[in-house]
Amino acid sequence: MSSKTQQVIVEIMASSVTRVVLSILLGFFFGGIFMVLFNENVVATYANFFSAPGDTFAAAFQTIVDGYGALLRGAIFNPGGKDVVAMFRPITETLRMSAPLIMAGLGLALGFRVGLFNIGGTGQIVMGLVASTWVSTRMELPPIIHMLVALVAAVVASALWGAIAGFLKARTGAHEVIVTIMMNYIAINFFTWMLRTDGLLHAATGGGTPKSDPPAESAMLPTIFGDLYKLHIGIFIAVFAAFAYWLLMERSAIGYRFRMVGHNANAARAAGIKVERTFIWAMAVSAAFVGLAAANQGLSEPGGITSSIHADIGFDAITVALLGGNSAKRIVAAGLLFGAFKAGSPAMQVVGVSPEILGVVQALIVLFIAAPPLIKSMLRLPESAEQKVND
Amino acid sequence: MATEVKPGMFSSQTAKPSKKAGLVMGGFTLITLFAFGFGGNPAAVTFQLAEKGHLLSVPDFTVSSSGFSLLVGGLMGIITLIATWLTIKQKVVPLWLSLIFGLLGVTALLGWLAAGNVVPVSFILSSAVVLAVPIILGALGGVMSERVGVVNIAIEGQLLTGAFVASVVGSVTDNLWLGVLAAAIASAILSMSLASLAIKYLVDQIIIGVLINLLVIGVTNFLYSQWLANDGANVNYPGTFDILAIPVLSEIPIIGTALFANRVTVYLAFVLVPLVWYMLFRTKLGLRARAVGEHPLAADTVGINVARTRFWWVTAGGAIAGIGGAALSIGNVGAFGREMSGGLGFIALAVVILGRWQPFYVSASALLFGFAIIMRIWANQVSPGIPTDFITMVPYVVTLIAVTGFAGKVRPPAASGQPYTKG
Repeated sequence: MSSKTQQVIVEIMASSVTRVVLSILLGFFFGGIFMVLFNENVVATYANFFSAPGDTFAAAFQTIVDGYGALLRGAIFNPGGKDVVAMFRPITETLRMSAPLIMAGLGLALGFRVGLFNIGGTGQIVMGLVASTWVSTRMELPPIIHMLVALVAAVVASALWGAIAGFLKARTGAHEVIVTIMMNYIAINFFTWMLRTDGLLHAATGGGTPKSDPPAESAMLPTIFGDLYKLHIGIFIAVFAAFAYWLLMERSAIGYRFRMVGHNANAARAAGIKVERTFIWAMAVSAAFVGLAAANQGLSEPGGITSSIHADIGFDAITVALLGGNSAKRIVAAGLLFGAFKAGSPAMQVVGVSPEILGVVQALIVLFIAAPPLIKSMLRLPESAEQKVND
Repeated sequence: MATEVKPGMFSSQTAKPSKKAGLVMGGFTLITLFAFGFGGNPAAVTFQLAEKGHLLSVPDFTVSSSGFSLLVGGLMGIITLIATWLTIKQKVVPLWLSLIFGLLGVTALLGWLAAGNVVPVSFILSSAVVLAVPIILGALGGVMSERVGVVNIAIEGQLLTGAFVASVVGSVTDNLWLGVLAAAIASAILSMSLASLAIKYLVDQIIIGVLINLLVIGVTNFLYSQWLANDGANVNYPGTFDILAIPVLSEIPIIGTALFANRVTVYLAFVLVPLVWYMLFRTKLGLRARAVGEHPLAADTVGINVARTRFWWVTAGGAIAGIGGAALSIGNVGAFGREMSGGLGFIALAVVILGRWQPFYVSASALLFGFAIIMRIWANQVSPGIPTDFITMVPYVVTLIAVTGFAGKVRPPAASGQPYTKG
């Protein structure tokens, strides 16, 4: 078995705060370089580089300030907003975008700590969406109850889909990475088929496109500030989920068992823990958190639901989980950071910097976290104590 | 010191021939016989075997859809019996038998979908080949890397890099050959980073692979929207290779177009597959590579440099996967598109396992996926009785069945995914 992989994941999750901060700074730094290299204004100055190198540096500096400045304006606070409501809108958008990342990030992080590299977040979200969309568009229930039923349905459906992957791993030894990737595709095609088929999820007036009816008003997650902002209670659910995660992992016997298997599956087995069964449970609980993200997606958009509503949160959550590491608080912080990336994207587009650069920054940050040698060789850091012990 | 040979990470651990092969095959046979045959549509299917205007004209082959399914189902039944007999005799079901079974299954599906329609056999075959080539080359890179013991999840990133670089360099230099070369080099460099992190720094191979994919997707998305989208006429307008039809051979009915009227990237794949097979199984280099992948300690003891062998095989595999990326852009549609590899790299990863780390079997499995893709496209046009989403799903389900060991024993290189440190 891949006990080595398991240990490595667990070690990555335990990375120190310094390394995390350095990784984030380096990610932004290299992202800035990319931004400059391909910016039209900067490229225009290359021709005169030798006669007026100052122009190039000025343009490069300006690009970075513009780009990251727009990110801040789009994600935190916009001083140029036309009224107070507009000025504060960015931060509410960040919170709104962060909620599903935090929920799914918690789920994947839980899997990672058990040594399961669950990259089936997409499939699990999609199966959760199948269930929540069914409840929200096909059932009629009183307001709050409707929402709760849809939420629970999403969580259960996701958990079951995750448990299947866990079962296949436990039973046959198949690697969860391959299994979950295949299950992602199966889930997406299944959802599309449901959305395409009359009598299942297809909208009454949907025509040929695979799209559902809009979710019933009574099933929607209520907004916090009424019509002022789009921010809804998803962020509260995310924070509550983080608390539940902390309770489960740090304060309960189940969490102890999970961590033990992640730390050393063989030792856990010797101690009498049923490792295979733990895999199945861990995948189910991991996917249950991901299911919250599914409900968040499916119950917050007023329009009809299409299969693209999963918004690749399953993949983004990998980065959230790796950056967030062991602690629930840090996962929330990581979710907020990458949520801010999503919220700030449109503002960057406006100043002519492609927001796709944030995808690069995001990948770099996590790459630096996961591959400590990269940072060490770059900054010539001394070997950390944990490294020495391992050697 | 005795080193425990651990079963690989991506596969089942069954030591004996699995009894499940017959069961799985029997299931598919029953579906074919009952759903497609007895319960099928008796309307006529016309298989167009030769293209109009070719040297040899073969008459179209017309048959009732349900009758055809019964016939194919019968053949599948025979193979199921053979497989069951082999498992009872404690023998392994050979992979070629499973592949023939798969091919029959695909044919039955085709005959069922096309009830009342014409099947352009030659068109479907040749499209399947073209669509399979990026998967074949990506998977070939995966085989080379896993054979020396490095798990390569980054095939998706390698394909995407290849597609991007091929298109840009091809456009800028106006020379598609340079595009292919650049794609191979760029993807090889990417693989070097995977290799050195995995081999020298012992960073976990799976995590690093996933992150390299994320990084490549991020970088190509950024460059696409910031650069290619604005300056497309100059940097993303490469055109495609011309189709080279080999005289006479390309006019053979059924397989002529598929095999002998292709772009050069497809021919490259036809050359590379046997070449890699020969390298791996018939040369000293290949023997060493496999030794490193199976038992690095033993290989080290007899003086093989494990780290160096791994590094160069992973790099060479990356170059081949890069050519696969080039096949995706300038070998098929021309310009680069956002995330144009669209999961083919993950399919290639599955194909490596389906084909059991053997170049020829891997290519055959990749063809199955090529079929699945073209069949979905084609089925959308004939609007069959089954939602196309389920046709799309078939290869993933098959892969799931294969990796969970229900279709028989799978054994990867023993040291796949295991870092090796001297000491």
